[in-house]
Amino acid sequence: MRAPVTDLPIVLEDVSFVAGGVTIVERISLVLAAGSPTVLIGPNGAGKTTLLRLIMGLVPPTHGRVTWGGREDVAPTHRAMVFQRPTMLRRSAGGNIRHALAAAGVPRAKRKARAGELCALVGLDGLSDRPARKLSGGEQHRLALARALAKEPQVLLLDEPTASLDPAATKAIEDVIRAVVARGIKVVMSTHDLHEAKRLAGEIVLLHRGRVIESGPADAFFCAPRSEDARRFITGELLV
Amino acid sequence: MPNNVSALQLLLTADPTLLAIIRLSLLVSFAAVILGGLIGVPLGAGVALTRFAGREVVIVVLNALMGLPPVVVGLAVYLLLSRSGPLGSWGLLFTPQAMIIAQTILVAPIIAALTRQTIEDLWTEYRDELAAMDVGPLARIATLIWDGRFSLVTALLAGFGRAAAEVGAILIVGGNIDGFTRTMTTAIALETSKGDLPLAIGLGVVLVAIVILVNAAAWGLRRAGERFAG
Repeated sequence: MRAPVTDLPIVLEDVSFVAGGVTIVERISLVLAAGSPTVLIGPNGAGKTTLLRLIMGLVPPTHGRVTWGGREDVAPTHRAMVFQRPTMLRRSAGGNIRHALAAAGVPRAKRKARAGELCALVGLDGLSDRPARKLSGGEQHRLALARALAKEPQVLLLDEPTASLDPAATKAIEDVIRAVVARGIKVVMSTHDLHEAKRLAGEIVLLHRGRVIESGPADAFFCAPRSEDARRFITGELLV
Repeated sequence: MPNNVSALQLLLTADPTLLAIIRLSLLVSFAAVILGGLIGVPLGAGVALTRFAGREVVIVVLNALMGLPPVVVGLAVYLLLSRSGPLGSWGLLFTPQAMIIAQTILVAPIIAALTRQTIEDLWTEYRDELAAMDVGPLARIATLIWDGRFSLVTALLAGFGRAAAEVGAILIVGGNIDGFTRTMTTAIALETSKGDLPLAIGLGVVLVAIVILVNAAAWGLRRAGERFAG
């Protein structure tokens, strides 16, 4: 019997990411432990997406290292990610989920039932046979969430999951995120919506120009920010 | 086939010799497209998704092979299959099988080259998503072939167009034997050289009609599929 492997904690040690001579993420050290959601906030171009891609292991850091549960180079078996603009496979909604289940190694006989459960979890029951690319933006995001959950991840990374969605669609997504958190899955998400960060975050990481300005428990961050930039960001001033 | 009868009469009376020619033409072309697809689609997708030394050379060669001269392929297959050739013992020269082999060689590179382009374009769109899903290399190829299926129909059609229109290769390896290896294109070439222009024209009209029908059917299939899968 092998000990149950876990990707947590995810530890970033002095991580930088440079692309085309531009430093996108600069010397970030961060520990993501099991528990309440970690929300990355910051203006556009702060490096939120790149940081999530580094945490997912989609790109290697230019400098520094990322470890998952103390190990390096771990395939994303226990991690899942929903991109800001998820790519829908050219199949039905159910077909998208079944493809993710197949990739996760779920036996064929169990896929149909599991796909149905996941559809219900994200509130897409009844839309299973619809072509995924014909769904609305909010529905596509929920389908992407269901697809990400197919592998029963320990860590779920969400890149601006509610950007460009209306309030009703935003609420639907946030409800799914709360259900996911209740299942004990570690959520790491980015947003530039402060209200959303307040609603969901256990921990806050404020990014600006590729650097971590401030990080810590959400309550403390919003009540008593330690840095001037954080205070300005919270009060709605523009960080440029 | 009697000589002084018009192609229209032959068609309207469902002349068995003419029908046999049409049947063989379709059999050879479709068999070549199916075999060429079985070879070309995985090959093209494989080249699109793997990085190896000499990959650029393979892509250039694949693209160049789209313009492979049919008579050269016919000659090569002829040499392979002739009695004294390496595969002479198979006894396939001047048979429909030999014609299918020659046309498969012509069609496979066309399908492979067009598949590579299609799959590579799709890959840039799907790369992150499939990496995040931890989809293995073979499953990636399968996923992209399936999701590119409507565009790949165009690759198969290009292959079918090549096979249906081709005369040089099948003339050399088939021999245009009456009732055995005579196809529409080889018959047209023969009848024209014999001066039987009405029959040649009639066969030409049938051939063009078949090509249009096949393309229309594929187009309809693609539109219906896209309506469903987006």
